[in-house]
Amino acid sequence: MTNDANETRQGGAGSRILAVVGILLLGCLIYLLVGGIFSGIGVPLWVSGIVAAVFFLPLAAGCVTCWDKLYAVYRSGNEKETLRLSKWEKTIYSLMKIVLGIPTFFKNLGLAIGRAFKSAGLAIAREAKDIVSTFIHGDWKTKVSYLVMGFGCLARGQILRGVLFLLFEAVFIGYMILTGWYWLSMLPSLGLQGPTKEYNYVLDVEVTAYHDNSFKILLYGVLTIFFIIAFIYTWRQNVKQNQIAEKILASGKKLRSGKEDLRSLVDDQFHKTLLALPLTGILIFTVLPIVFMILVAFTNYDGTHNGYTNNLFTWVGLDNFNTMLSWTAGSGGNTQSYAATFGEVLSWTLIWAFFATFTNYFLGMFVAMAINKKGIKFKKGWRTILVLTIAIPQFISLLYVSKMFARNGLINQFLIGMGWIQEALPFWEDPTWARITVILLNIWIGIPYLMLITTGILMNIPADLYESARIDGANAWQQYQKITLPYMLFVTGPYLLTSFTGNMNNFNVIYLLTGGAPTNPAASSAAGTVGYTDLLITWLFKITTGAESQYYLASVVGILVFVVVALISLVVYNVLPSIKNEEDFQ
Amino acid sequence: MSEKNMNVLPEKRHMGLKASRTLANTSIYILLIVISVIWLIPFVCILLQSFRVESTYQVGYVMPQQWGLDNYRNLFQTDFPRWYLNTFITALVTAVLQTVIVLCMSYTLSRFRFKMRKPLMRFMLILGMFPGMLSMIILYRVLSDLGLTQQNAVPGLILVYIASSGMGYYVSKGFFDTIPKSLDEAARVDGATRFQVLKKIILPLSKPIVIYTILTAFMGPWGDYVFARYISFGTSAGMNVAVGLYNWLNKDQIASRYTMFCAGGVLVAVPVAVLFMCLQKYYVEGVTGGAVKG
Repeated sequence: MTNDANETRQGGAGSRILAVVGILLLGCLIYLLVGGIFSGIGVPLWVSGIVAAVFFLPLAAGCVTCWDKLYAVYRSGNEKETLRLSKWEKTIYSLMKIVLGIPTFFKNLGLAIGRAFKSAGLAIAREAKDIVSTFIHGDWKTKVSYLVMGFGCLARGQILRGVLFLLFEAVFIGYMILTGWYWLSMLPSLGLQGPTKEYNYVLDVEVTAYHDNSFKILLYGVLTIFFIIAFIYTWRQNVKQNQIAEKILASGKKLRSGKEDLRSLVDDQFHKTLLALPLTGILIFTVLPIVFMILVAFTNYDGTHNGYTNNLFTWVGLDNFNTMLSWTAGSGGNTQSYAATFGEVLSWTLIWAFFATFTNYFLGMFVAMAINKKGIKFKKGWRTILVLTIAIPQFISLLYVSKMFARNGLINQFLIGMGWIQEALPFWEDPTWARITVILLNIWIGIPYLMLITTGILMNIPADLYESARIDGANAWQQYQKITLPYMLFVTGPYLLTSFTGNMNNFNVIYLLTGGAPTNPAASSAAGTVGYTDLLITWLFKITTGAESQYYLASVVGILVFVVVALISLVVYNVLPSIKNEEDFQ
Repeated sequence: MSEKNMNVLPEKRHMGLKASRTLANTSIYILLIVISVIWLIPFVCILLQSFRVESTYQVGYVMPQQWGLDNYRNLFQTDFPRWYLNTFITALVTAVLQTVIVLCMSYTLSRFRFKMRKPLMRFMLILGMFPGMLSMIILYRVLSDLGLTQQNAVPGLILVYIASSGMGYYVSKGFFDTIPKSLDEAARVDGATRFQVLKKIILPLSKPIVIYTILTAFMGPWGDYVFARYISFGTSAGMNVAVGLYNWLNKDQIASRYTMFCAGGVLVAVPVAVLFMCLQKYYVEGVTGGAVKG
């Protein structure tokens, strides 16, 4: 008993510090969110500060007053205790759980990474030990196989396997001698000699002679490394085959013939056959480009260093990341620093993703419920009308709608013609107008999807739940709050996450509607034109297609996009279940 | 007295309920009508404006003063038929090949338990977090070395679409997960190979998901702008409809091409939309299943 109390007191001191940190973090978060939205619509910073404080102060005060009680509940780990809390305390409690969950989450993440390294090291050690022991205990056929792959298989009559192993080794050695070695040896420098002007005596003109090609060196260098890894893996398989074959022969059974091997490819090894094609495609068209582009972030590959026809490109280490994340302003007078531009684009990307996801989610659910309601006729007809935005290719509808809202577009001309406004509304010219219009038009695009998805799920909610709620006297709003919403959130939690990250990378809607406009003059000189509605992904596209084609910068942005998306996904996946379970429990 | 009350009260409550329900339903009807109008306006406008003859730029009214098919006729003097054909071929081939690849992938990940299954799925989840657009820079250069860009963009584009389509296995895997495994096992006991199980048992049951996959794979290329623009690289002969029509709305072209854009949009939208509407049932099944499975 005393022990328990002691522990709580000790934990209390630590928990206060945690509480302060948590509250400060929360404050920062609220300030960022409010400030982000408000500065987006042109409100001065101090106003958003006050608004953030209005949200934040009562929350902080509430946290301080009931912290000990809540922390005790948290420490007890007994979820039923939460039932005794008031509604207000419950809200703070779930926030607290998220904040307190973050350090644990990072601790677990670190532990998991450590474990992964440890198990990888152990696995390599085990493999090495196995390889050595197979060599020592194996017969002479096995020993020869260490040098001549597939020899053991051939000698034991598994012709098909043996030939394939041998062929692979021959191809590998041939490739390495003929070209692989060159690519590998050039990889550290990415090419030594760029194009040179040479005098051609026969034709009596200056001609450009091309030498090394940095692009190809990087590409084939990566491919060669892939190939070497594949070779090591195959070699290991070759050794393993010998070991297995020896064991089978020792036990007096027969080895599989080539025919049986082939047959197994449509039977117990069928998954290898099925996966061969898709995985090859993914390896060449997704994995290889991604590895290549990650490496490009550490080079100076751009329009003026294209690696072949003008200048070679070379490794520059972390310079590009330094450029992107430095706060020093550019040389051109009032040019904004890259970090500031990145921060602006990132904050708009997050705000956009937040609004795009949740406006669609709730409005879509609302429309679905309206159509599903008992006694509403033409259910199918309403749905069909909404679904038109899915059926018609987005580029048509988005481009057309974008022009409708243009300065001289249908809507402005109509409104002026009716005499309701004097001047055209700046839908795409004013940053705030543009941001709000984009979010509203995204609702037009997004509601139908959500309507379809939620219709299916709503029908799965057991009707007797509503029945009993009605008998208990719950009104429509209470039914929605206590039954529909928890159920929906529980079922579509993962979908919300993917749709959030999907919206962060929603190229089509932004690019086809605004193209990133209106231009942000302060940010633009930093890296091509940057607009107020540009997401990270459209900015990336503009960098690569811009005049200077700064591919290295695009790769840096791409990597940062990955980091942001991965972080959000990781945190949500690990923190969300606790909230979700709680809701399930209620 | 009390008995009378007992009799009246439920009646009264019923009346009140009925009235409030009628009120609620009426307001929902009004809301749905407003929504429908908002949703339909752009499509009605684009259809009407495609028949406008008297001017080719944006105007402040919807009803054409002079009706005619001029815009449609003019389309055939441009590269539009070429773009249309490009897109159609791309969509058709992509639909077939992508469906095969996606089904292979999802079926395997749903039905087989092999050592690399979990790591493979996790790896693909992480891969999916990279912006796919980034890989276009290198793919463009590789494809242009192979001669598959600009006027030969169609095969290049098909290659790009189908090659990494295995990553989009989630929805169909979710579907395969719902087919009971006992069916497979029963057939295996009877001596069927894995391939026979797939051919004779799973595929006949998978009609909805096959149609869903074909439909989405077919519709994808009609709306794709980024990859098509990279690979056609400014060469008109290699463009798809999205890239071609996008260029018509540039500042210097829009005045003369606006109504033609509308006509082109109608020609693209009608077949795709009709196809979609016919197969809508399967689309809804796929989308709902995908969202629930995550």
